[in-house]
Amino acid sequence: MSRIHTPAASRMNTIARNPVMIALFMTLAIAGCASKKNLPNNANDLGLGANAATPGSQQDFTVNVGDRIFFDTDSSSIRADAQSTLARQAQWLAKYPNYQITVEGHADERGTREYNLALGARRAAATKDFLASQGVPGNRMRTISFGKEKPVAVCDDISCWSQNRRAVTVLGGAGM
Amino acid sequence: MAADLKRSGLFAPIDKGAFIEKISNPDAAPRFEDWKIINAQALVTGRVTQEADGRLKAEFRLWDSFAGQQLTGQQFFTQPENWRRVAHIIADAIYEQITGEKGYFDTRIVYVAESGPKTARKRQLAIMDQDGANARAVTNNNDLVLTPRFSPNKQEITYMSFEGNQPRVYLLQLETGQREVVGNFPGMTFAPRFSPDGQRVIMSLQQEGNANIYTMDLRSRTTTRLTNTAAIDTSPSYSPDGSQVVFESDRGGKQQLYVMSANGGGQNRISFGDGSYSTPVWSPRGDLIAFTKQSGGKFSIGVMKPDGSGERILTTGFHNEGPTWAPNGRVLMFFRQNAGAGGPQLYSIDLTGYNEQLVSTQGFASDPAWSPLLE
Repeated sequence: MSRIHTPAASRMNTIARNPVMIALFMTLAIAGCASKKNLPNNANDLGLGANAATPGSQQDFTVNVGDRIFFDTDSSSIRADAQSTLARQAQWLAKYPNYQITVEGHADERGTREYNLALGARRAAATKDFLASQGVPGNRMRTISFGKEKPVAVCDDISCWSQNRRAVTVLGGAGM
Repeated sequence: MAADLKRSGLFAPIDKGAFIEKISNPDAAPRFEDWKIINAQALVTGRVTQEADGRLKAEFRLWDSFAGQQLTGQQFFTQPENWRRVAHIIADAIYEQITGEKGYFDTRIVYVAESGPKTARKRQLAIMDQDGANARAVTNNNDLVLTPRFSPNKQEITYMSFEGNQPRVYLLQLETGQREVVGNFPGMTFAPRFSPDGQRVIMSLQQEGNANIYTMDLRSRTTTRLTNTAAIDTSPSYSPDGSQVVFESDRGGKQQLYVMSANGGGQNRISFGDGSYSTPVWSPRGDLIAFTKQSGGKFSIGVMKPDGSGERILTTGFHNEGPTWAPNGRVLMFFRQNAGAGGPQLYSIDLTGYNEQLVSTQGFASDPAWSPLLE
């Protein structure tokens, strides 16, 4: 299946180092015109409102409980600090049983795209499993992974990447 | 034509100011002595004229100045708006005559066009010629779309979309715009690629913490599971004869490359260097596998033989990812991201590691996938 074509291959390697000198002389009797269409450029901006935290509200959950946990590099283990956040989430969800949740898994930018989709899914699954162990019924939870495609922090150092390695518990459906 | 040949890194066009002979009749043999003096090993002469019906007629002859003979000559008729394509086809003919290998200039790239800030990036599919010309959007909505790949034999792509918050693999007919979900899987499907005969899509299915590799036959609609581990098995790519699949897995701890037979048998690890390996893509010639390598905080593009030997790194930096092969297996394209708030851009590089070139796009761009040679 792997073809042997030494003459062409070695010729190509020679040419790659010593390009062929070539002269091109085309008379052009017609004026061509190229048109380049613009690509769309209207990104969505996501923003959170700044309402007071009514008990039982999204704001209450985000501010007073904590809607997200963080992970070590390339890991989906639930850290000790994350366990206490998830325990608070489970208590809050027990108190407000009408909410369905979506756990969003995310990865930092220091990985390849396809692997990070799977890593985000693995983090979301680990988070969901931990919430289940804290009494949140499985039928109230779904998961989604966004891989490395939705960072919250933009920079080029380790402290910042750590904020992007996260699982976010979203009340209702997945927020795009 | 000159731009194509120059970008390949295999040709050095000579400035017109150095020409001694002013060609008046491109059909007549040139004065070879005049071209040898300026060290032109090859000479292309030709003309473009307009026919009575409005079509363009493009003719060219390729001459070997030192041997004093014509190597090839052809003529093409086309609508005026296709002038670029004819230039690419002529450049391919010159490339093939001189190098002995098929050209790749009359090809396209499908990619993810990115715009907006990094925390709210909009991603759309777009297609352009391999030199960056004629870019046009293929999708235009707010759904996140990733990893488009060309069918080997149809005007069709497979890609991943988050439409309806259901991340799944889709097929898209480029001429009609018709779309369909690939398969009915109970979870996220991602990392799709076509089989070399275009009859199957191979991809990953995510279930809880695991990703396993499946195929779907596009005619019978049957799905087949190829891997069954508690690991992340993804980024599958067929060998050009369809008998084997290379993929990445973290079953041993870190992401490494594995090769298996097309039915899932005989899964063997092939990457053993420092760091981790991902996004393997089998060369259309079959002799090499290109990959992304992470080591020492850097991301590199490299190649190795299908048995894992002969690893060579072509380029290294903060972040290089996702190689794709030109149809002649001679040139790779990939995307590069620098640290900070900017976005990714596309680059091409010769298999030797020489001649790295930016492929200019209007905005940011990632996930390039090279088309086969156009029909």
